Amino acid sequence: MEPVIRLTREPLDRAALIEAVTRSSDGGIVVFEGVVRDNARGKQIRYLEYEAYVEMAEEQIRAIVDEAKRRWGVEHVAVAHRFGRLEIGEASVIIVVAAPHRAEAFEACRYIIDTLKTTVPIWKKEVAISGEEWVEG
Amino acid sequence: MEIRIRYFASFREVTGKSEERLKVPEGASVAEARALLLGRYPRLQGIMERSLCAVNRSYVAPETRLHEGDELVFIPPMGGGQQSRKDDRLWNR
Repeated sequence: MEPVIRLTREPLDRAALIEAVTRSSDGGIVVFEGVVRDNARGKQIRYLEYEAYVEMAEEQIRAIVDEAKRRWGVEHVAVAHRFGRLEIGEASVIIVVAAPHRAEAFEACRYIIDTLKTTVPIWKKEVAISGEEWVEG
Repeated sequence: MEIRIRYFASFREVTGKSEERLKVPEGASVAEARALLLGRYPRLQGIMERSLCAVNRSYVAPETRLHEGDELVFIPPMGGGQQSRKDDRLWNR
């Protein structure tokens, strides 16, 4: 099936993403959810602002999912990333990989989030008590 | 010829705009467009040195030739890279 890829300003719906990709042939579902922390490098965070180059981000995510499919044969994948202002505890990214067995689901999910963080043009600004800055990794 | 430049994150904040058209010589490279922009916005110097470039939504090398109507974007570093590199070390142990 085609992967589910969503970039949105709206809150992410974990249950809907899981339901969208899970099939009765799948015995393992791995979900990674990245949430906004209240601290970073000793700073107390008030909220985060995510900004995305949406068209390119979607293409890059699609390429990452294609590569995961090539490496681990995973067919049922959803990747959702939120942008705009996010409060502490809200989900910024959710990845769902459903596969017949857990090993390939875990590995593919790990690969997708790690690669997404380094190659997909989505930026994060930390707004802390002490000031704000774009996080450069 | 004219190309379209879009600005995101720190580029958008420094230039004060989300996009603009830029006139460049016929057959100019990404590096030449970058030099033109640095002339216009000297404050981009620091962030430009840490950025990648994309033309029409694909990463390209600075010597890449531009064409009329191309969409050029400079991609500043994304957050999360550090965490990922840290994780890679754990992963490879």
